[in-house]
Amino acid sequence: MSIQQDFATPTARARGLGSAKAGTDHHIRQRVSAIALIFLVPWFLFSVINAAGTDYDTARAWVAQPWNAILLVLTFGAAFYHMRLGMQVVVEDYIHGSGMKTFLLIANTFLAVALFAVTVLSVLNIWISAAA
Amino acid sequence: MSSGAPADPRPRSPHLQVWRFHLTMVASITHRATGVALYFGSVLIAAWLFTLSLPMVGAEPPAAFVFMQGLMTSVFGQIVLVLWSAVVLFHFANGIRHLLWDGPRIGFDPKTASTWSAFNFVFAAAGAIGIWFAAIQI
Repeated sequence: MSIQQDFATPTARARGLGSAKAGTDHHIRQRVSAIALIFLVPWFLFSVINAAGTDYDTARAWVAQPWNAILLVLTFGAAFYHMRLGMQVVVEDYIHGSGMKTFLLIANTFLAVALFAVTVLSVLNIWISAAA
Repeated sequence: MSSGAPADPRPRSPHLQVWRFHLTMVASITHRATGVALYFGSVLIAAWLFTLSLPMVGAEPPAAFVFMQGLMTSVFGQIVLVLWSAVVLFHFANGIRHLLWDGPRIGFDPKTASTWSAFNFVFAAAGAIGIWFAAIQI
């Protein structure tokens, strides 16, 4: 080891050398959300196809059914979580400029959380206004 | 890794240019591409649901919902929905395969992997057409 390397900070020495040993956690979260989606996606696909042609009142009445509302919220939770993890890997693989990469990773998280808030609050709004 | 010389001179993994074209590779690329497509597709689903949550204007549904519903029932919208179904079905089938690889470690030998890749494409295309044909009949 040269003298110059001894002056490097531990971060500087580690940078670019590979794993930070945090990948397993991401991998497991991606798989667990996938397992949830195995059950939710067939139901969701069937539902979207049925809802695609219906009018405002029919679609709202469908969302306001308790089981539909609950399954919709579960589907959105699992899907946006899974989606955020997946897009994170895509950004990490293809975007190498550190500024752009950081920006996209943050935007990815923000978008996933925003989509979750919009969809869940929309479902709750329809469910509650139907009950009122 | 940021720009500049790599910190580590170890040899790199062979990249796209040196791989022979094969089905499992196409399935892998398609899995990622369909994942990205679903990401952006979900924005449309959220937009539709949000407009559905808007209240009636007098006796009329909100204009934003009428616009979204018009988009979905147009020829263009119907084509997008059929493609969306195919994309969902592919990512779904290939995702199950990933889980079987990672969990019980089923389906790694080359012949099974290739056959399964082909099956996922056929499943996605046939499934999407079948579902929408059934939906039209009802």
